[in-house]
Amino acid sequence: MNRDPQYNFAYLDEQTKRMIRRALLKAVAVPGYQVPFASREMPLPYGWGTGGIQVTASILTDQDTLKVIDQGSDDTTNAVSIRRFFQRTAGVEVTTATDKATVIQTRHRIPEHALAEGQVLVYQVPIPEPLRFMEPRETDTRTMHALEEYGVMHVKLYEDISLHGRIATSYNYPVLVNDRHVMSPSPIPRFDNPKMHMNPALQLFGAGREQRVYAVPPYTSVKSLDFEDHPFSIDTWDEPCALCGASDTYLDEIILDDGGARMFVCSDSDHCSRRQAMAAGMDSDHRAGSPAPAAGTEAA
Amino acid sequence: MDESLMIRVEGLFKRFTLHVQGGAVIEALHDVDLAVGQGECVALHGPSGSGKSTLLRSLYANYQPSRGKILVRHGEGYVDMASSAPRLVLAVRRETMAYVSQFLRVIPRVSALNLVTEPLLDLGAGEREALDRAKSLLTRLNIPERLWGLAPATFSGGEQQRVNLARGFCACKPVLLLDEPTASLDAANRNVVVDLILEAKAQGQAVVGIFHDEPVRDAVADRLFHLEAA
Amino acid sequence: MSAGPLIAAEGSGNGSARPLLAAESLSKWYGLRAACRDVSFELWPGEVLGVVGESGSGKTTLLQLLSGRLTPCGGRVFYHDGDDVVDVHAASEATRRGLARTQWGMVWQNPSDGLRLGASAGANIGERLMALGQRHYGNIRNTAVDWLRRVEIPEDRIDDPPAAFSGGMRQRLQIARNLVTAPRLVFMDEPTGGLDVSVQAKLLDLIRSLVARMNLAVVLVTHDLAVARLLAHRLMVMQGGRVVEQGLTDRVLDDPLHPYSQLLVSSVPRV
Repeated sequence: MNRDPQYNFAYLDEQTKRMIRRALLKAVAVPGYQVPFASREMPLPYGWGTGGIQVTASILTDQDTLKVIDQGSDDTTNAVSIRRFFQRTAGVEVTTATDKATVIQTRHRIPEHALAEGQVLVYQVPIPEPLRFMEPRETDTRTMHALEEYGVMHVKLYEDISLHGRIATSYNYPVLVNDRHVMSPSPIPRFDNPKMHMNPALQLFGAGREQRVYAVPPYTSVKSLDFEDHPFSIDTWDEPCALCGASDTYLDEIILDDGGARMFVCSDSDHCSRRQAMAAGMDSDHRAGSPAPAAGTEAA
Repeated sequence: MDESLMIRVEGLFKRFTLHVQGGAVIEALHDVDLAVGQGECVALHGPSGSGKSTLLRSLYANYQPSRGKILVRHGEGYVDMASSAPRLVLAVRRETMAYVSQFLRVIPRVSALNLVTEPLLDLGAGEREALDRAKSLLTRLNIPERLWGLAPATFSGGEQQRVNLARGFCACKPVLLLDEPTASLDAANRNVVVDLILEAKAQGQAVVGIFHDEPVRDAVADRLFHLEAA
Repeated sequence: MSAGPLIAAEGSGNGSARPLLAAESLSKWYGLRAACRDVSFELWPGEVLGVVGESGSGKTTLLQLLSGRLTPCGGRVFYHDGDDVVDVHAASEATRRGLARTQWGMVWQNPSDGLRLGASAGANIGERLMALGQRHYGNIRNTAVDWLRRVEIPEDRIDDPPAAFSGGMRQRLQIARNLVTAPRLVFMDEPTGGLDVSVQAKLLDLIRSLVARMNLAVVLVTHDLAVARLLAHRLMVMQGGRVVEQGLTDRVLDDPLHPYSQLLVSSVPRV
């Protein structure tokens, strides 16, 4: 799609983009620290990813390739809308392939395919303040972050254990970034938390309604909070993905009929279809009598 | 100078100014000097209003003298109760001086037994030892065992006073101040109190008391200290 | 008596050479009105200092100044933390908050002010421990159970929120929450205010025994002379922001010297 000339590149005016980039620089300088920014009026309501969009808009160049996912999928309504938005206002290349994107905007998942240096992952964040549920006052939470008073975070985890016998928080699981700031990783499943740790890519977080951005620079320590006798653990499933057979990805449950039939499928649609394509390629190779598959496709 | 001297009062004055009564002034004590030695019992003697109770309370620092000194032997030295810091006075009360008032001050929920053991426990005694001593005193003072675990709020006046006495005698402190110790007691219990005072003296405790009961006073006092109404 | 030296306060009693808390000429003005005027005193470990006076006498303002919650217009507050002396108002907010979390306690008249209402009783008690870095759930929970026992709250209430407790239980929970880190100094503002007499008695008994057992120093603000008589070693009588009289509790109550003290004591039927 060609860029619509009636809009400035990526919709926002240059001064706004500079303002957001200044905020992002500050965020990168203090990993996990929430930097206030003047959130702009966007052509979609709050709660639909305005923060993520403003961050993406501020860092896009015409050389970038953009991927947008929502709950791991490239083809849900929101992902499609946002991708089309940037195609129209920035004219950038778009892709569904994780390894081909330079900027990935996401809601509620981290791609399964490992990211590389030079890539940027932009998260959409509803509530950036991890202490908000325990402490409603902004003045108090800012002071708590400044003075590293994070006892109340473990109060929340304690309550989980006393209620459910284990830490029941399954998404938006709080993390300690760079051994200093407690951060909300946005509502990604806890399954994805380990991917944030020492990731070669730059991770940026935008909350439009709350007017905050924060960042995790490449190769930064990100540790999920837990107790010594209740260590952090990720989710597991009893079955592999019904489509591609993966047993190490985050699976969505799909109800098939009203008789209770269901199947589990990779949430990351790009990853799943690639795996399926590879398996099909191998099959056709087999049928054609070609040599054994390359070493990388089999466990050594 | 005599090391067995436990209390020395020098030039003590006490004037009450009753602001609530338009500034009326009462000269309760006028230039009082008193010395009390180890093992002796001094009975404060005088008509009503002569300042006996005022003097006794001043020794305990319950009243603040207007002028003068109240020197009490405490450990290796002595303390002026009239002018020392509160925590020092409290230390003297804890270790050196016991005071048996006319009426038991009842603390809610604290049993008679705990009231009696408290001074001994404050000195660091073991719980077993304190309990044994308390029980034996309560027994001597004819407080039935069924009352030991109860808070004395519902006891009779005499029973309360006997608990008060047990508390005062429990820790065997070097100085014992007694304000009308036998006031609400029958003859049998009066005799018990007399015995307790004599035993205290024999152990070297210095006793200062107000005794309206003449036979009791005659039995325990080594001398009378006369006070006159101002 | 010439045998033996005159004992001065420093060498006596509990063996410490410095007061735990010292206020020097504390003042706080609101416009032309002095809420607190030139208040000085020393508090030693294990001492309970009662501050009495009627509403508006400046007692609560004094408590706020001492605990660092209010900034004085004049004067200073010193706290002795081991060998260090902390000028409470000159120190950083981080220092003050650190002290408030570890070495100090604050018991409010309304327990809801001192509790986390959205957390269970166990979490309320354990929060300070977690804030100090304790990370073993089992140990934290056991400590909470232990403290519930000490303040006579049934153990099976550990997962209940404060809203499910009576006023007296909430107050005892607040005390447990504060004392779990074994503070050296506790500020109390009318801890028994608004409670039934029998509930009060239970609470007073608890405070009395905890103070003795833990050798706590306490600044206790109360308008109730009976509470002061029971809990305090020393009393300060405040009127119009000034300390008009101070001394041993029983001395101030039985032999009040200042006209205002005499008025206060005579106003109570039997103290």
